[in-house]
Amino acid sequence: MRQSFDEISAQLKRRHRKSARLKWMSMGALGLAGVFLVFFFTDMLIKGLPAFQQAQIQVQVDYNEMAQEIPLAAVEEEVRPLVSRGYLRLIPGRMEDNADLLGTTRMEWVLADGQVDQYLKGHHNNLSASEQAVVDELAANGRAELKFNTTFFSRGDSKMPELAGIASAAMGTVMTLLVTLVVAFPIGVMTAVYLEEFAPDNRFTQIIEININNLAAIPSILFGLLGLAIFINFFGVPRSSPLVGGLTLALMTLPVIIISTRTALRSVPEDIRHAAFGVGCSRWQVVRDHVLPVSMPGIMTGSIIGLAQAMGETAPLIIVGMVAFIPDVSATITEAATVLPAQIFTWAGEPDRAFTEKTAGGILVLLTILITLNATAVVLRKKFERRW
Amino acid sequence: MNRILKTTAIAAAVMGFATAAQARDQVRIVGSSTVYPFSSYVAEEFGATTDFPTPVIESTGSGGGARLFCNGLGEGTPDITNASRRMKPSEFERCVENGVTDITEAFIGYDGIAFAQSSKNDEMDVTREQLFMALAAQVPVDGELVDNPYTQWSEIDSSLPDREIAVYGPPTTSGTRDAFEELVMEAASEDMEAYGGEGYTDIRTDGAFIDAGENDNLIVQRLSENTDAFGIFGYSFLEENADTLMGSSIDGVEPTPDAIGSGEYPVSRSMFFYVKNQHADEVPAMYEYANLFMSEKMIGDIGYLKGMGLIPAPKDMRADAREDVANHETLELSDLK
Repeated sequence: MRQSFDEISAQLKRRHRKSARLKWMSMGALGLAGVFLVFFFTDMLIKGLPAFQQAQIQVQVDYNEMAQEIPLAAVEEEVRPLVSRGYLRLIPGRMEDNADLLGTTRMEWVLADGQVDQYLKGHHNNLSASEQAVVDELAANGRAELKFNTTFFSRGDSKMPELAGIASAAMGTVMTLLVTLVVAFPIGVMTAVYLEEFAPDNRFTQIIEININNLAAIPSILFGLLGLAIFINFFGVPRSSPLVGGLTLALMTLPVIIISTRTALRSVPEDIRHAAFGVGCSRWQVVRDHVLPVSMPGIMTGSIIGLAQAMGETAPLIIVGMVAFIPDVSATITEAATVLPAQIFTWAGEPDRAFTEKTAGGILVLLTILITLNATAVVLRKKFERRW
Repeated sequence: MNRILKTTAIAAAVMGFATAAQARDQVRIVGSSTVYPFSSYVAEEFGATTDFPTPVIESTGSGGGARLFCNGLGEGTPDITNASRRMKPSEFERCVENGVTDITEAFIGYDGIAFAQSSKNDEMDVTREQLFMALAAQVPVDGELVDNPYTQWSEIDSSLPDREIAVYGPPTTSGTRDAFEELVMEAASEDMEAYGGEGYTDIRTDGAFIDAGENDNLIVQRLSENTDAFGIFGYSFLEENADTLMGSSIDGVEPTPDAIGSGEYPVSRSMFFYVKNQHADEVPAMYEYANLFMSEKMIGDIGYLKGMGLIPAPKDMRADAREDVANHETLELSDLK
């Protein structure tokens, strides 16, 4: 059929319009995602940044005999409700450790109560008018200040917002992820190597492959139930420990590592294998000396992304008891610990409103770590990537 | 093959290490999300002022806690479970079946359940009967049980506002829900002929009652967004959010600490924790923690927990409860019935 020039140009216009429309739509989708992201980040920054500052007040601490029994007696009556309980309760212990303190009076910068902190930041607080007046006066004399919140990074959870920190959760996350890495990485890589390089292509390996792909899409809470049944109930691994959490998350991360490793192995050109076989290498030598080194960037990227995913996971950890109140920073992988997302979850449920900023502050820290991890993955890929 | 060998060795080592871990000086606590804030406050104080490590507390809900607690004796089971209601006889029987026979009950104090709304609204006064009519799955109309037809509060009673019935509340695993069902639903329906003299506790599922999860803060947030709705949650959350929320009077009584403590406010409940005495030898810190919890400086009239929303019991009740815990009084099935 012959088309006239007009018909062709009209058709061309339609096609151009169509592609322009598609372009605008995809840009719109991107823009919408961007708006959400900006909104989320701004909200988190506005809410979370104050968490990195903490009010301190300068008070006269009188180490008298009475303070050994009733710590409140160590400070003047006027400022008693303004000093953190977490500081006061340590006074008797400090006096026991250091006998010289008894009978001395010192001006000290001490942690202020969470309500004072909220008042100085201009947030909702429960201070009475007279207490507010005292804080105002202290602030005017330079005796009440917002300082960098070291507590937030050095201490574990607390019921007192001024004492709550992410150290125990961060430590728990590190230990949990180490266990995950140590278990999931070698097993995952070896599985992938076997399936890709050694296994025959038959019904059996196909079934395994389908199962692995399926496992990657299973809701993570099921891995928690599996972890509870196998590791805690059968092997007797201590509940709430980074060990059991790490093993559970390893189960979850395994399929991700296997799949990404297989993809990386597959992208290694056959020529390399043929050349190695040609000079007489055994199959294992080919894999170890040629295929694995070349595919390492891909494997690393996949593993880091798998770990980052495991790091943000809470659901399976609820089941194995890692969502708990843990003020102590644990030192070994068998002690009870919690992880960052679980800590955020716990804070989000606190009635005290001063925890709102802690929650957002925790999210900021978690996001920073996740971005660092993902950026590392990108850098690794870019640096070691080889094009064929 | 050495890499495979190494992998197996690592895995074996991890497993071996796990099973080798024995003996603990850390108290393990599970149970009610309502008691959790109080319990963790005591735990923190305990960790900071003694040489023992801070107890580990998981918030599992009263029912979930009892299940873990009654799983048996030994290393992997909790030493203490918190509950925002008394242990059920069925739970106790399960405990005994699994060898947990020596339990001490500790009564901590009271918590009120608030029926609250955004403070932008007018104050509201409801009776338990009206609440029942608004929330029951089936209600009597002309003597016959039908699916709950009410969609507006004003349809139940003209004194109530002309607002849609929308109530955010806790899920069935929550002790708050158990208490609400018992103290409001059951109490209101016991005397209604249509139910044959038995309490009716089924809450409607047609969307008027919205299951909002264990997190009470979520309910609080939703109430400030949806000012037409009501919420059911623990009194401590009402106290903390007094600037945005307002509790409704129930049967003419406002939810105040005094009214809740005296039992005048009808929807108040007792809070407990249960100690597994058979763990006393392996976990020496357990009793120390229990005694600290029961001390006057925690649950007393000017105790720390009062500042967090606990409503202290009368003085002599506190003293009795304290003595029970100090003497490791054994709980009997007959106590629970």
